[in-house]
Amino acid sequence: MEEVKLFGVWPSPYVYRIIWALQLKGVKYEHVEEDLANKSELLMKYNPVHKKVPVLVHNGKPISESLVILEYIEETWPQPPLLQQEPYDRAMARFWIKFAEEKSIAFASFYVAQGGEELEKATEEAKRVLKILEEEVLGERKYFGGNEIGLIDLVIGWIALSFGEIEEAVGVKVMNGCDFPGMLAWIQNFREHPAIKANLPKHDELLAYYKQKREIILASKTA
Amino acid sequence: MSKGKEEVKLLGVWASPFVMRARIALNIKSVGYEFIQENLGSKSELLLQSNPVHKKVPVLIHDHKPVSESLIIVEYVDQVWSSSPSMLPSHPYDRAIARFWASYLDDKWYPTLKGIGGAKGEEERKVLIQQVEEGLALLEEAYKKISKGKPFFGGDRIGYLDIAFGSFLGWIKVTETVFGTALIEEVKTPGLAKWAEKFCEDVAVKPVMPETKKLVEFFYFLRAKFAGSA
Repeated sequence: MEEVKLFGVWPSPYVYRIIWALQLKGVKYEHVEEDLANKSELLMKYNPVHKKVPVLVHNGKPISESLVILEYIEETWPQPPLLQQEPYDRAMARFWIKFAEEKSIAFASFYVAQGGEELEKATEEAKRVLKILEEEVLGERKYFGGNEIGLIDLVIGWIALSFGEIEEAVGVKVMNGCDFPGMLAWIQNFREHPAIKANLPKHDELLAYYKQKREIILASKTA
Repeated sequence: MSKGKEEVKLLGVWASPFVMRARIALNIKSVGYEFIQENLGSKSELLLQSNPVHKKVPVLIHDHKPVSESLIIVEYVDQVWSSSPSMLPSHPYDRAIARFWASYLDDKWYPTLKGIGGAKGEEERKVLIQQVEEGLALLEEAYKKISKGKPFFGGDRIGYLDIAFGSFLGWIKVTETVFGTALIEEVKTPGLAKWAEKFCEDVAVKPVMPETKKLVEFFYFLRAKFAGSA
């Protein structure tokens, strides 16, 4: 019997990408919600190096780091495939996954920017990254993964998950329809996919979360 | 089936541990390739075209198609030249462990090691050295668990994690030499000390591992070059 557990916290995009992967693969699992202010002994045991979520535990064996977990899920439950088979296509998918991950710092800067020049600069940088994703990675495709959702979609999926709420919390619209038609179309397609649709947080709760968190961060910055 | 030399090019620089990873991988698979030494102060058109996003090395160009990012290149080489010894472990869980530690090395450990060279003052340097040592203690434990008594993380032969970690040995030795500190040595990290020696002697590694003396000179050269810049 397979036992799969996922240690996570709401509404972490790193955890959501694992939830979506498991859903797409039809893998049954038990979700264990952690309290990051009071981490469980199990979490500390399963991820002693980073003490972070997500952690996937499969038949008692833990795997940490969301990108590592995604590749593990892909290899352990191969159907439906979320990564192309051809070596070059795989390499390109992994390249863009790494790129998206590294550039997510641009959006973190946007989230905590304190208005004025700082916010303007962060907004420009966020737009620049989104443009690259839209033009060079998505192109004319339905998903980043092609006709079907792939691992890249799950990794970039945080944009579909919560960037709208983040924009609202900051009070600046980065992705408007005129400038980013491709990204907006992708967000819609992604959110409507049956495996994703059933696993999305409620707008109001998410907005409240990001507003409150931002207030706390900004308060500690000026303190 | 071995491919002709003209079909595989690697853009790189001699001192980069990331470039070394790609070279070791190609050597393990006995793939002939043309090594194109880049001048990072004046990057070639080929590099700019092949890796327009990052403009960095290494870039593997196979049948005119570029692959960037060292660990992605290693996985690509392992997949394309699949009949020769495998670099990634065969079991998904072991692969996950190898990828986890490679990610730890690249995202956390190596940036700290690099930071030692640029530390502002003795206090900061001490803190960073301690963090590096703590990381090495974790890696020593990991080595014991993963190698299961065999010489390498990959078992009897060097594999993905050996390549990911071993490529940093040159710069570890530079840090030890320049700052007079022992990072990998018999008392604190007995397993890694033996592993490091074997790794450097491996036939796929020896031809591409730069001499520590040259790396130390290069370190001083870089430090002087960037001294005074913000």
